[in-house]
Amino acid sequence: MEIGLTHYLTVASLLFVIGIFGIFLNRKNVIIILMSIELMLLAVNINFVAFSTHLNDLGGQVFTMFVLTVAAAEAAIGLAILVCFHRNRGTIAVEDVNVMRG
Amino acid sequence: MQAVAFYMFSIVAVIAGTLVVFARNPVHSVLWLILAFFSTAGLFVMMGAEFLAMLLMIIYVGAVAVLFLFVVMMLDIDFAELRGRVAQYLPLGLAIGVILVIQLSVGFAAWTGMEQENIEPGAVYGMTNAHALGSVVYTRYVYAFQAAGLILLVAMVGAIVLTLRHREGVKKQNVLEQMYRDPQTAVELKDVRPGQSL
Repeated sequence: MEIGLTHYLTVASLLFVIGIFGIFLNRKNVIIILMSIELMLLAVNINFVAFSTHLNDLGGQVFTMFVLTVAAAEAAIGLAILVCFHRNRGTIAVEDVNVMRG
Repeated sequence: MQAVAFYMFSIVAVIAGTLVVFARNPVHSVLWLILAFFSTAGLFVMMGAEFLAMLLMIIYVGAVAVLFLFVVMMLDIDFAELRGRVAQYLPLGLAIGVILVIQLSVGFAAWTGMEQENIEPGAVYGMTNAHALGSVVYTRYVYAFQAAGLILLVAMVGAIVLTLRHREGVKKQNVLEQMYRDPQTAVELKDVRPGQSL
């Protein structure tokens, strides 16, 4: 059985859908939401690397590095905001974060 | 052999991803996330991207997941209260997930530019993966690479600014004040008479 591009794309799409599902399922818990976003970025990375190998082009792997960079920065900033929010409000329930609504 | 490895890594990745979403305890979620990253690193090795697999281990498992663990354990949160109404969101989430899967599979089915070519691990330009990546990152993608460094710098400064707080009543060392001390201001001579206190 040959393992081709389609197999990798299937795994990536499954992981992506799981990430989206996690965001919908854990609407209150912002930590799980951040982890779901990491899962979705991981699926994107699998896509990039699969196409990079398939097309024999290194651009996809370079862009995977950039996606990794942005994911790390996003996790750091998101968790910093979370710590700040928890310090101010004493909870991390994001559903009722609407104090800035006009 | 390749198929066995692929199915092992991908099934473990998908199951771990599902458990990230469904685990009751967020600490368990982080651990499942680490397992998903490990399996994906295995998939990257199978696709011939060894350097990225290593990067995934170092950045995600070593930094991001540990950061998540720190925050989950540091903040005193009642997680049972946070996942109160899962059943309410389940139908909507399932519907959107199923629609997405259908859309993606329709897209795959309609796409014809995909001949079943075996994805072989190995060097792209006759070099090792890290060598090949290094040869393009510092030449063709050098500006994007610098921009990525700038993003990391901004993220670091932002995270520090967001979480730093100055508390009242905490004694700290003031280096400038120490350096600008001189004997004229630091030492005060008092003439103490015998038999008297100050």
